[in-house]
Amino acid sequence: MNRQKQPYVTMKGTKDGLTLHLDDMCSYDDLIAELDEKLMINENKDFDGPLVSVHLKLGNRYLTPEQEEELRALIRAKKNLVVASIDSNVMTKEEAIEWKQKTEIVSVAKIVRSGQVLHVHGDLLLIGDVNPGGTVIAGGNIFILGALRGIAHAGCYGNKEAVIAASVMKPMQLRISDVMNRAPDYKVDEQNEMECAYIDDNDQIVVDRLQLLMHLRPTLTRLERRF
Amino acid sequence: MGEAIVITSGKGGVGKTTTTANLGTALALLGKRVCLVDTDIGLRNLDVVMGLENRIIYDLVDVVEGRCTVQKALVKDKRFDDKLYLLPAAQTSDKTAVAPEQMKQLVEELKQDYDYVLIDCPAGIEQGFKNAVAGADEAIVVTTPEVSSVRDADRIIGLLEKEEHVKSPRLVINRIRGHMVKSGDMLDIDEIVMHLSIDLLGIIADDENVIKASNNGEPIVLDPTSKASIAYRNIARRILGESVPLQSLESEQKSMFTRIKRFFGVR
Ligand SMILES: Nc1ncnc2c1ncn2[C@@H]1O[C@H](COP(=O)(O)OP(=O)(O)O)[C@@H](O)[C@H]1O
Ligand SMILES: [Mg+2]
Repeated sequence: MNRQKQPYVTMKGTKDGLTLHLDDMCSYDDLIAELDEKLMINENKDFDGPLVSVHLKLGNRYLTPEQEEELRALIRAKKNLVVASIDSNVMTKEEAIEWKQKTEIVSVAKIVRSGQVLHVHGDLLLIGDVNPGGTVIAGGNIFILGALRGIAHAGCYGNKEAVIAASVMKPMQLRISDVMNRAPDYKVDEQNEMECAYIDDNDQIVVDRLQLLMHLRPTLTRLERRF
Repeated sequence: MGEAIVITSGKGGVGKTTTTANLGTALALLGKRVCLVDTDIGLRNLDVVMGLENRIIYDLVDVVEGRCTVQKALVKDKRFDDKLYLLPAAQTSDKTAVAPEQMKQLVEELKQDYDYVLIDCPAGIEQGFKNAVAGADEAIVVTTPEVSSVRDADRIIGLLEKEEHVKSPRLVINRIRGHMVKSGDMLDIDEIVMHLSIDLLGIIADDENVIKASNNGEPIVLDPTSKASIAYRNIARRILGESVPLQSLESEQKSMFTRIKRFFGVR
């Protein structure tokens, strides 16, 4: 191995399996070639061993989905190895925008009227009402400063932790992730307390006092979330 | 240069045509030059309510398709010397005979000659609605105190808010029956205004004289003694910018009073 000073691939055994640090300056083809070579040697060593998880650290290299698949295939082809994670410091602009959209709080000042749909990717802070026949949809949580009289769908991409809060909770329909609640099971008697809706341990949407949320969803406090 | 106001509702039969006829007449009585435009093509009836049916020669579609000038198609209401005119809808075509751009041009032309151009909108949210709204600067949304009517009004307000050339719409609640509101069988005015959150321009009682007057081709507003007449006259004055308190029917509800102040007192 005299064609390089530093190896492109460095392996470290940890208690979680095998961590591979992949050089992020060399060409992709060189990287793949060396990885294949190194794994071959490795494979010969412990022939009949148990399954080993492989963690790939890409540094500042961006892999296209096709390249990622090629890498996984290459590793999968070696007897007892399986890719557990691929970690890169970089992402495409689109992914970054999507990430931003899904984690930001969008505030909108308007009345969502009958027939209108307001859809945001992150959390929604609505300064206004949702009238009967109007719909608000969010990838994250929904906070309504006015009255909710229409339909609200939080966590629309499958987040069951998402919540819906409103100053006046009189919805036609509540949805969180894929759980739906048409006739909310709370006291119908007039009350002017803020309320919130969340999915409980029985996979049911429950409506309760807003103040419970801080205990049920402590993560709401955090302004930035993990990717 | 006048102002064009579209009278709309979403739901049919709530009183758009009645409101157009009466507000137009009231504005003419107050000395304004008014042109009423019936855009309910295929289902015209503003001419009937105004008692001008027999004098129609040309209609809106004739104008748009260039068969005559606007001036020729306008029907003059002889009761108000030179103050009130009607551009009737065509009875034989349908709504697709006119495009929004054409309506806009037509209304623009009428605004040169009249202080107010009142546009009577057909029910629905399709082409006819788009035509009626195309040339409007302002909008009046008519509703009755029924859930379905309020729901449609809400939908219409949402659509109007997207039309940048139209100022925020104002509300007329029509056909209020005091005893039904009191017994809780009808929505109360407060509730409707809060729900729709737009300014209240006026409220009109349910009054069989309105129907009788319309059948006779004499808008109720010509009879100065009826409550509905006073309500329409008051709305006309509010359109002119005066602050007129709501009449007694309306202030029977205590909470209403504060709301009236909120909506009109500050103007
Ligand atoms: N305030 C009122 N009291 C009683 N009847 C009314 C009132 N307003 C309208 N009407 C009646 O309701 C019916 C529908 O009114 P119209 O103005 O034609 O509605 P639209 O134009 O919205 O379809 C008509 O018969 C009319 O006379
Ligand atoms: Mg009509």
